[in-house]
Amino acid sequence: METVTTHRASGPPASPNDEPILEEQFDDLEQQHEASSVGMWVFLATEVMFFGGLIAAYTVYRATSPREFALASQHLNVGLGCLNTVILLGSSLSMALAVRAAQLQSRRNLLWFLAITAALGVCFLGVKAVEYYQEYREHLIPGLNFQIPAQVVAKSTRLPLDPRRFEMFFVLYFFMTGLHAFHLIVGIALVSVMALLTWRRWLSGSGETQIEVTGLYWHFVDVVWVFLYPLLYLIDVQS
Amino acid sequence: MWTFPLFPDQASTIAKHVDALYFFELGIAGFFTAMICVLILAFAARYRRRSTVDRSNPPPSSKTLEIIWIGGPLLLGLTMFTWGAILFYKMYDPPVDALEVYVVGKQWMWHAQHSEGRAEINELHVPLGRPIKLTMTSQDVIHSFFIPAFRMKQDVLPGRYTTMWFEPAKIGRYHLFCAEYCGTNHSAMGGWVYVMEPVEFQQWLSQAGTGASMAEQGERLFVQYHCAGCHRGSQTVHAPRLEGVYGRPVPVQQGKEVRFTLADYRYIRDSILRPKSEVVAGYEPVMPSFEGQITEPDLLKIIAYIKSIGAKEATQ
Amino acid sequence: MSAVAVEFKEDYLQAYRLKSWLLTTDHKRIGLLYMASITFFFFVGGAAATIMRLELMTPKGDVLSSPDAYNRLFTIHGVVMIFFFLIPSIPAVLGNFLIPLMIGARDLAFPILNLLSWYILMIGGSIAIGVLIFGGVDTGWTFYTPFSTMFSNTMVVPAATAVFITGFSSILTGLNFIVTVHTMRAPGMTWFRLPLFVWALYATSLIMVLGTPVLAISVALVAVERLLHVGIFDPALGGDPILFQHLFWFYSHPAVYIMVLPGMGVVAEIVPCFSRRPIFGYKLIAFSSVAIAVLGFLVWGHHMFVSGQSMYAGMIFSFLSFMVAVPSAIKVFNWTATMYKGSIRLDTPMLYALGFIGLFTMGGLTGLMLASVGIDVHVHDTYFVVAHFHYIMVGGAVMAYLGGIHFWWPKLSGRMYPELLGKLSALTVFIGFNLTFFPQFVLGYLGMPRRYYEYPAEFQVLNVLSTAGASILAVGYVLPLAYLLFSLRWPPDAGPNPWRASGLEWQTDSPPPVHNFEEIPIVTRGPYQYSPEGAEAIDGNGDDASR
Repeated sequence: METVTTHRASGPPASPNDEPILEEQFDDLEQQHEASSVGMWVFLATEVMFFGGLIAAYTVYRATSPREFALASQHLNVGLGCLNTVILLGSSLSMALAVRAAQLQSRRNLLWFLAITAALGVCFLGVKAVEYYQEYREHLIPGLNFQIPAQVVAKSTRLPLDPRRFEMFFVLYFFMTGLHAFHLIVGIALVSVMALLTWRRWLSGSGETQIEVTGLYWHFVDVVWVFLYPLLYLIDVQS
Repeated sequence: MWTFPLFPDQASTIAKHVDALYFFELGIAGFFTAMICVLILAFAARYRRRSTVDRSNPPPSSKTLEIIWIGGPLLLGLTMFTWGAILFYKMYDPPVDALEVYVVGKQWMWHAQHSEGRAEINELHVPLGRPIKLTMTSQDVIHSFFIPAFRMKQDVLPGRYTTMWFEPAKIGRYHLFCAEYCGTNHSAMGGWVYVMEPVEFQQWLSQAGTGASMAEQGERLFVQYHCAGCHRGSQTVHAPRLEGVYGRPVPVQQGKEVRFTLADYRYIRDSILRPKSEVVAGYEPVMPSFEGQITEPDLLKIIAYIKSIGAKEATQ
Repeated sequence: MSAVAVEFKEDYLQAYRLKSWLLTTDHKRIGLLYMASITFFFFVGGAAATIMRLELMTPKGDVLSSPDAYNRLFTIHGVVMIFFFLIPSIPAVLGNFLIPLMIGARDLAFPILNLLSWYILMIGGSIAIGVLIFGGVDTGWTFYTPFSTMFSNTMVVPAATAVFITGFSSILTGLNFIVTVHTMRAPGMTWFRLPLFVWALYATSLIMVLGTPVLAISVALVAVERLLHVGIFDPALGGDPILFQHLFWFYSHPAVYIMVLPGMGVVAEIVPCFSRRPIFGYKLIAFSSVAIAVLGFLVWGHHMFVSGQSMYAGMIFSFLSFMVAVPSAIKVFNWTATMYKGSIRLDTPMLYALGFIGLFTMGGLTGLMLASVGIDVHVHDTYFVVAHFHYIMVGGAVMAYLGGIHFWWPKLSGRMYPELLGKLSALTVFIGFNLTFFPQFVLGYLGMPRRYYEYPAEFQVLNVLSTAGASILAVGYVLPLAYLLFSLRWPPDAGPNPWRASGLEWQTDSPPPVHNFEEIPIVTRGPYQYSPEGAEAIDGNGDDASR
């Protein structure tokens, strides 16, 4: 995704309130801003379809094997998942504040909020890594070391179970959260680059457009998690 | 003038109905193609650059014309759809007295089994004038059972049964093709369908060396795999008796609730291969799985046996 | 253009260093990069088809060493032709080149992204060629499971990777077009003053952007299942093979509209110009393009009538498939009506456009026969389907592409192509095409299944006819490659508007300057400002300003 930024490899850094650079294909700054914004929205639409395909597959299998999916979901760590949800929502808050700071041309605040956003994103990944490790220890990674947990085998004498659909839940869980984590890594990189460019004063203008577009992407990654969390973690919390 | 065919035989009762719809739609296709081509050629000739015909007041648009050429195709389309849908419904609704044949497709051959017991490879013998219902599955990948002369085709899937029916209407020998790409010898996975006079068919069925019927062979397998040990009244294991089960609703435990499922081919096959997925209410999930131990043709025989005792009273 | 001073105008072709092509962000040069690439892929896919048709001349397999070789050939033919030729073709070559010119912009919204799209296509294409060289893939371009995931012994994962990567090229191009058309139209260029080519590509871009990600997920899941041996689509491991078909066709049906809508856009530009009449029913054609894009997402199940999906689902998909045909019918009638009381010249582009209309009509109507569930049970997976889609993709899309290349050749190269050879090629393609594919309708109804390399002897005569047609068709494709390349040896003196066409792209030089326009035009009128009167005076090499 091309952002409206120029790196000046050499030469003095521009002063903070420079007029944004107008790329030559655009007529005026307003058009450039609109193009960046519409472009990011269209890109997010493609991402919706991308995750949507996975969610469709998930929906089909959950509808036909509700028991197995509910049971499998109970083996995820709801506490950590909840923590991650809070972290990511918090990072969306800091991102929104960063966008506001850019609009108000408040460079210090912008830097802080971008840093907090990236940091929270990294925290999310850390918690996810802990979860993945836990799942690895419990032999829940399909294709690697998957085994039906003993307690589930024990339960299955009283409750009927298709072990293949139990494993299917984890295939989808790892693919969906893995894909999300990949998008989050890209987001963290993007936010970090924006922070760096802001710090070095290499963003054209006050960076309003660039930060706004980054914010759109970040919020999207958050919204995807808001769907994934209940779908994966909250199927049958009571049992 | 020529010896190669341009049109397939009409060898089933549905064939002429399919062909009727085909010719109707071919006619429409031909008519509109011809109309457009004629108009284009006529305009290109009449209004060619150097001609001096009247070109005044060409219409930039025309509501009337637009309504005609939206409404017209829409109506024709709806007609074609309705006719096709009705035909499709007939093709999918087998008569109750159909003769049952069981087909297993695998890379790269067809195995067909008649209930009376006779089995064939890459061939299917059927009697004239009687509806035939095929219950089919695949042992590996998706195949498709296709008899052009009958205008019938149905994909054959692993892990599922699909069905297809037809009524042969003409004596003869017709091609059988696999119509879903399935690997190396997809082109060779075919054979012949023989439509015979009913009397000859009966003779063929009971020819020497055919042995027991499917249900009888199924009963032998039922004992061989120790199904009888639990399901024919055991002192130690509480397992449901299977008489009277086939074709009737079975109460299945689902969590705390009980729901009813129909004991059809799918249910019985799943019960044998994945017994824990649907357990009858009031029973423990102790039945072992036979996944990987029984071939598809054998599964069909066991199910045929269970079907054959389905008419008897269920006993507890 | 009066020759006042000897001014050296730098047009976009004045670029002689490799770097200025490989690192260009000029949409016109990127269009040419795409043209070179897809021409290469076309001949790779065509070579596969040639060998297939040679094999099919006889009922037994005697040209190739094994059935596996044939299976790999038809797979690579489909994969290369669809993903590396047809889907990029008109959008990435003509769309890239023309959209900014047609809307009065200096470039697309995201020029660097545009170049990235081309590189992504080249990376995906290299992997595909690698697959071809190092053993091939034999799943068919449709990758049906569980054959592709559990049974095939060929390079399925690399092939899936190539398709996955190339999808992003399509997505980014579509994204670029949507943003450009929304935000960068010249002053006065309202939506309803846009050329219909732009409308068509806009609708195409909607499909590219929304459909392609689902394909990406489908092939990614195939790769996961194959690599990790987990059950997603394999019934033996708890999966559902029909789920794959739903996910795959959810993209791959709209994909066929990606392939044909741009062709319709080209026809909508050519017919008015060579009839000297404004298009009949502009708004209806514009809305029809969008309607096709939207409705096209609702009909995927018509590829699955006998797959084991429910009979009622089949009926619903059948009904919707008949609905999606209506906007296409509207377009065909409108194009034809445009010729009424026109002043018609049958130059090469017009021959291709008229050929498109006739062959697309046939292809589309046979599509209705396939949408009719009762008939489809018989002809599904037979040569009837093969004939149907080749009528649309080759008789339609490829002819429109060639027509567009000829129409805009003077604009993009500054040279005219040799008209007599152009007409000859168009005729050769038309004759060769019909001889190749018409017999396949007959073969299909007779029952010859697809993807067969051996067949019953009674099908041979029709197969031989088809192969004969293919040899003629091949000539028709090689000729333009030769004479178009040869025309580059001539000086670029075609003039800005040799066709006296209307449209902003004809207001600037041929070839256009790097920044497209000296001054961004202000638009005060709609497109297709043609009138038959006075057409007499035009001879095709007019060099006066047409507005």
